[in-house]
Amino acid sequence: MIPTAFDYQRATSIDDALAKLQAASGGKLIAGGHSLVPLMKLRLSEPAVLIDVARIPGLSGIKEKDGKIEIGAATTHREVAASALLKQVCPVIADTAIEIGDPQVRNRGTLGGSLAHADPAADYPAVMLAVDAEIHIKGPQGWRKVKANDFFQGLFTVDLAPNEIIAGVQFTPIKSAAYAKLHQRASHFAIVGVAAAVDVKGGVFQSARIGLTGAGTHAVRLTAVEQALAGKPATKATIASASEAAAVDEVNSDIHASDDYRRAMIKVFTRRALEGALARA
Amino acid sequence: MPATPVLPKLVGQRVKRREDPRLIQGRGTYVDDLKIVGMQHMAFKRSDIAHGRIQSIDVSAAQAMEGVEAVFTGKQIAEFVAPMPIGTPFPSPDHRALATDVVRYAGEPVALVVASDRYIARDAADAIVVSYDPLPVVVDPELAMTGKPTVIHEKFANNLAVPLVPSGTGCTPDGSVRDDTAVDRAFAQAELVITQRMVNQRLVPNAMEPRGVVAHYEQGKDYLTIWSSTQNPHILRSMIAGMLGMGEHQVRAVAPEVGGGFGAKINIYGEEYVAAAVSKRLGMPVKWIEDRAEAFVATTHGRDIIGYVELAAKRDGTVLGLKMRLIADIGAYNMLLTAAIPTLTMLMASATYDIPAIRTTLTEVFTNKTPTDAYRGAGRPEATYFVERAMDMLARELNMDPADVRRKNFIKADKFPFQTQMGAVYDSGDYAKALDAALLHSKWDELKKERDAAKAQGRLVGLGLSMYVEVCGIGPSATLPTGGWEHANITVERDGRITATTGASPHGQGNETTFAQMVADQFGVAFDDVTVLHGDTAVVKQGIGTFGSRSQAVGGTALHMASTKVKKKMAAFAASLLEASEDDLVFENGTIGVKGSPAASLKFQAVAAFAYIPVPLPRGLDEPGLSADAYFEPPNNTYPFGCHISMLEIDRETGEPTLLKLVAVDDAGHLINPLIVEGQIHGGLAQGIGQAMIEEAVFNEDGQLVTGSFMDYALPRATDFPHFELHSTVTPTPVNPLGAKGVGEAGTLGSTPSIVSAAVDALSGFGVKHIDMMLRPEKLWRIIHGQAPRQSSGQGPRPGSGQGGVA
Amino acid sequence: MGPERPRVRARDMMTQLSIKVNGRLRKAQVEPRTLLVHFLREQLNLTGTHVGCDTSQCGACTVLVDGRSAKSCTMFAVQVDGSDVTTIEGLAKDGQLHPLQNGFWEEHGLQCGYCTPGMIMAGVNLLGENPNPNEREIREGLSGNFCRCTGYQHIVNAVQNAAGRR
Repeated sequence: MIPTAFDYQRATSIDDALAKLQAASGGKLIAGGHSLVPLMKLRLSEPAVLIDVARIPGLSGIKEKDGKIEIGAATTHREVAASALLKQVCPVIADTAIEIGDPQVRNRGTLGGSLAHADPAADYPAVMLAVDAEIHIKGPQGWRKVKANDFFQGLFTVDLAPNEIIAGVQFTPIKSAAYAKLHQRASHFAIVGVAAAVDVKGGVFQSARIGLTGAGTHAVRLTAVEQALAGKPATKATIASASEAAAVDEVNSDIHASDDYRRAMIKVFTRRALEGALARA
Repeated sequence: MPATPVLPKLVGQRVKRREDPRLIQGRGTYVDDLKIVGMQHMAFKRSDIAHGRIQSIDVSAAQAMEGVEAVFTGKQIAEFVAPMPIGTPFPSPDHRALATDVVRYAGEPVALVVASDRYIARDAADAIVVSYDPLPVVVDPELAMTGKPTVIHEKFANNLAVPLVPSGTGCTPDGSVRDDTAVDRAFAQAELVITQRMVNQRLVPNAMEPRGVVAHYEQGKDYLTIWSSTQNPHILRSMIAGMLGMGEHQVRAVAPEVGGGFGAKINIYGEEYVAAAVSKRLGMPVKWIEDRAEAFVATTHGRDIIGYVELAAKRDGTVLGLKMRLIADIGAYNMLLTAAIPTLTMLMASATYDIPAIRTTLTEVFTNKTPTDAYRGAGRPEATYFVERAMDMLARELNMDPADVRRKNFIKADKFPFQTQMGAVYDSGDYAKALDAALLHSKWDELKKERDAAKAQGRLVGLGLSMYVEVCGIGPSATLPTGGWEHANITVERDGRITATTGASPHGQGNETTFAQMVADQFGVAFDDVTVLHGDTAVVKQGIGTFGSRSQAVGGTALHMASTKVKKKMAAFAASLLEASEDDLVFENGTIGVKGSPAASLKFQAVAAFAYIPVPLPRGLDEPGLSADAYFEPPNNTYPFGCHISMLEIDRETGEPTLLKLVAVDDAGHLINPLIVEGQIHGGLAQGIGQAMIEEAVFNEDGQLVTGSFMDYALPRATDFPHFELHSTVTPTPVNPLGAKGVGEAGTLGSTPSIVSAAVDALSGFGVKHIDMMLRPEKLWRIIHGQAPRQSSGQGPRPGSGQGGVA
Repeated sequence: MGPERPRVRARDMMTQLSIKVNGRLRKAQVEPRTLLVHFLREQLNLTGTHVGCDTSQCGACTVLVDGRSAKSCTMFAVQVDGSDVTTIEGLAKDGQLHPLQNGFWEEHGLQCGYCTPGMIMAGVNLLGENPNPNEREIREGLSGNFCRCTGYQHIVNAVQNAAGRR
């Protein structure tokens, strides 16, 4: 219940945050804190310094720029869920944000925090994969961009160094996308969560991107399903058949879902997400 | 002349609660809200293994921390805190507040820290290093009762806390004589026998307020005050006084606002004994507040009984006999009432049916788990579950409507009071009436059509029906180690206001309101002129407490009795002032007057004032004043009953069950405040549904509670329930003059089996006859898709299970 | 259990903060690790906000931070330095109960009262965003708040009452 002691600093800008991270030994960034603080209360994380980035001007916000959507890392889940812009041009993002936690959690938790923490059952990673988002990161060496597909690497492991900060994500909005989730009945985290984005032209699936969370150590693309859809007629029958290919090599197993149940659910929720995406095409 | 205001009759009305104004403004004082100058904080170091010998405890780092006042190991505590007493008569192993040599469940305390604030106390407790010699762990009671792989308490061979107690037909009440002739004959004559092993699974009570205690020993006065989140301050006082070698007059126990109890706050816990003892030893006030992770392992669990059920019947649905072999997994130790709870399952084995031959047997087994004790329903949900599931299986086997099978076997309405084969004397009942009301209000025939139509569309929809009869209003003193009466005092003050004290100790039940309604009606005064005090042994001289749905039936009756005594005396004062006969007086609208003579009346306050300066003292009265005590010793328990109907749909692809509808008909006799009664029933339904659908305490083979936080133990949320439909019938009890039976726990009894039966109904096409709780989606999916059951390997990272956050 | 590094001495890290709580500016010195809920309860003696769990689920600790609901057990007091916090004690104005407080009273939306302050604050957030929620929206809006006593039905009624629909 009670964290170990730490020093607290507030960053005034991204560069200030980076400087403070460099100066501190054992420092961590905190935005909404709704991934980090629970860990600290369990004493599973004991940073010596917390650098608060929640109020850095310009770090939050949702905007459209040159046909792409940019979401600042410090944007709360509530803001994402309520965004009129997103609901209009890329509703799957808003649909995913509202699945996270509960209203209080959504008022504080941030996109950047969620991505950096990369809980294997978090919702955002699946949809970031589906929209092929680019994650914008700044470090002492300057800026870099990482595709979502390269960002999530392993259990709580992402392509982000301890001295770097996520500034935001950028992606091309897509209307024909949906998120489908099987809720763990206690935590409401995803036993399985699938985000699917489909590009339909002339009654045919030109391409698809499908992100899966909850099943393994980190969120992954279901490339076999994507391939099974490409070039095929955009129908429920195609979806049903392609979803049979929804699988990953290693699947989690716990009291809430054993591995074979989870494997079956990957297929079910892939199908549901694809049907939802097709309905919006 | 201004008209005398007409005071409305309050009993039976939906009166808003008097408790609410302070609580809705955050002004209720719970135990963690208390601060005393010089108060220290206690934190415990608890065992992280389920069974092991303590090799060493290194407290040096903790002792060296700034702000740490004292550190005690279990052995040091044992020097001044004796083994904890229990309330049940079975032999029991010693149970120390802190383990001295061996830990027997994960979470058992081994050391404690006293420090100036809770943050330092937690840092210091974490700095204590304990090393253990692990011992084998057993979490399966059916394995434990063979003595394998380990014996948890030396003197209890095969881990049998209670080896085998038979009860029912052909048994003496103490189980020493057992004659199976009638039961054997019933089964021999049966045309069919339903046989099923059923599990009524372990639950974690999880009141929203974790436990806590503040103990303040005042050296100068040799007096201890203890505040605790408890359901029974008087019992707490007696036990603490006994443990500390003090007199009851030297201990004051206070239950401040208590944030829910549900039976788990009846027990007097090691933390309470230790806080008191440490406060006395150090001469400082100490506070201990449980955090939720502790609450999961250190507060008693509920249920956890296996039932081997056999129901003998004729093909026309008549039940000839019942056998129930019960195995109760009580965890590592006996707590105050642990051993008694499963005996209530036996007591209620007849349910609502006139079953002529019943054999129940009970074995209680130690395992390396948190001890069990009372949890809302405490033994009766288990009985209802076992019998109602068997009745449902019988109905299904005979292709009979579940309602018809019940009706055929009811104890008839003209047979009450009815003594069952288990020795329970049911006070009153009309089970057919409750069943009919449920069928009517649920529109049973239409529901069946709706279900059939849904099934025809390929949807997995099911209906379940359950009767229940509950034993509560606990109870005659022979049945409770503390005595079962309740005490009340009524005092009419000089200014005419009425102060009532009750030994009942509400923690959400609203007795400040309901008791005031009763007393106001009895004296004909305004609601606001009656104050109800409780929860403080310095104010309420005697009492037992609130559990077993007894506040109204027992506590309310005691109040009624005390009020009757005071009213009689007050009538004598008034009669003398009015020069009338006492028998002609009515108390109404704040006056006492002669029936039918509006001019011959006095203000209530005027009579009260006179009673305190009675010059002259009226003939027939020896003393001034208006105050009386009463103890109500109930001649029997009370037996509320009802019928619950559920409609459930199961997602064919995922196995997720959704409760579509729940109709509840409950009969608790006369109701003082229907609004509060509804709240009690809703709360009981919520916990009953929780047991059926989403709650389960799961231990792994190492004795670790895998569901050790709300990340893995699903406490029901608002989104988990449909709108409950409540109805009632009223069959008063003759056991008390109020005709009130008690209702606090009833909601847990019928809901649970009705939901499981609905699930079986929904999945009947797959040939399933019974499904053990909880209704995990995966379990239902396996039935639907013909997949064999799997043991979860528990491998791999556990996403969203406390190793992640909630972002 | 966390990276190896020298333990920070708690007392060395005291931080100044200034928070407006229930309309009043409060200044204090705290250890950074002080949870907001402990700061409110123990330093400001606002004990109406309660602690019900340690994994950020139960919502008993819900307060408003800059007008929006938040779980004060999952925040450090230092994070809200410069912010506006409203607790249950700050809801009633000039002795007048907030419509939600009235609603809970009218509809018997509480029993033991422990979850109630957090539940009411969550209700304030809900009605602030959606002044006329239907039953499903109410249940979802309160999905971050546990109650073990009421079964939620009277709480739903209480919110409907406050929304002027009962």
